[in-house]
Amino acid sequence: MQRTHSQDLLSARETQLQALLLRGLAGDALAYREFLAALAVHVRGFLRRRLAQRPSEVEDLLQEVLLAVHNARHTYQPQQPLTAWVQAIARYKLVDYLRRYALRDALHEQLEDDSDLFAASDEVPAQASRDLGKLLGQLPERQRLPIVHVKLEGLSVDETARITGLSSSAVKVGIHRGLKALARLIRGSDHDENR
Amino acid sequence: MKTDELIALLASGEGPVDRHVLARRLGQALLVGLLGAVLLTAALYGVRSDLAEVARTPLYWAKLALPGSLALLALWLTHRLARPGVRGGAVWGLLGVPLLLVWLGAAISLYGAPLEVRTELIFGRTWRTCALNISLLSTPVFVAVFWALRGLAPTRLRQAGAAGGLLAGATATLAYCLHCPEMQVPFWGVWYLLGMLLPTVLGAVLGPRLLRW
Repeated sequence: MQRTHSQDLLSARETQLQALLLRGLAGDALAYREFLAALAVHVRGFLRRRLAQRPSEVEDLLQEVLLAVHNARHTYQPQQPLTAWVQAIARYKLVDYLRRYALRDALHEQLEDDSDLFAASDEVPAQASRDLGKLLGQLPERQRLPIVHVKLEGLSVDETARITGLSSSAVKVGIHRGLKALARLIRGSDHDENR
Repeated sequence: MKTDELIALLASGEGPVDRHVLARRLGQALLVGLLGAVLLTAALYGVRSDLAEVARTPLYWAKLALPGSLALLALWLTHRLARPGVRGGAVWGLLGVPLLLVWLGAAISLYGAPLEVRTELIFGRTWRTCALNISLLSTPVFVAVFWALRGLAPTRLRQAGAAGGLLAGATATLAYCLHCPEMQVPFWGVWYLLGMLLPTVLGAVLGPRLLRW
């Protein structure tokens, strides 16, 4: 199906997404949002193929991968192919997820499938079964408030600092640490469900 | 939360990302750790009294070259494995070069020595403690490098842990050279390597546990 994409198309996609990411890393929030949205379509397709037996969890894992991409974005270097970078993160999160469910052996063959990430796409979002909003509520205040004010309500860092009484740098650190803590909470919460 | 909402959340309110954060974080960790190892060496074992004299001999620099080259390669490996989608690849193989050189040097030195001093060349006077001392001295860099890696994004955790452990072992050996009186190549080829191997193995064992993200 999607594998009939020509190599040219894939490399055009790579170039396009990389340009968006690089603009995003330079501080262009719109380009970064466009990058994440376009990436989500590919990662969803990538995961859906590999989680054929558990379609209801594709969206959860997709959200986990997007959060991981965001938390690891400072490790992307422009000379590296974007596909390799994103695919390694998606694969890492997939393996981690499968290990949590001890499904690794059962799905080993799908993991060996090394086809190109950008050849996969799926634009239809499913309902996520895990609510990240609820997990966000479990973060300590110095992380939760900066995320809520800056990222959900769209206030500036300085405004948030005034409201919360934190320093501007504490607000930034709170966002950064909070999103990493959120990724840990996701892994922890799945673990509990598994028991 | 819908995926679109998550994307909006992630993208909003983000400033530019510092491009050098990877190098800076590893650099800081290495610097702090190395300083710790040097201070530990001075405090626990003391600096050898003839350091100024031996530092003028080529043999002393050959001795430093072994852990020095391994430290550089381990730093390169750690820098690679801290990023998703970058393999250690051929750099793992390059580690063989200093190993082969030191073993070649050891073989030549043993071959040229009379039978009765060969044991002395291998065991020196400090073989019982050498590897353990190096392992102990590797603690500061080990902790610091694992801290740095936890802020980065390794996806091959065992390899990243091993590279970090080797970096810790090799820099600890460099610091230990301020103290260690042994000047025989065969000694380095056994006990220094063993001292570096211990933290490397520890890193490989702890990597999957400590570096998950």
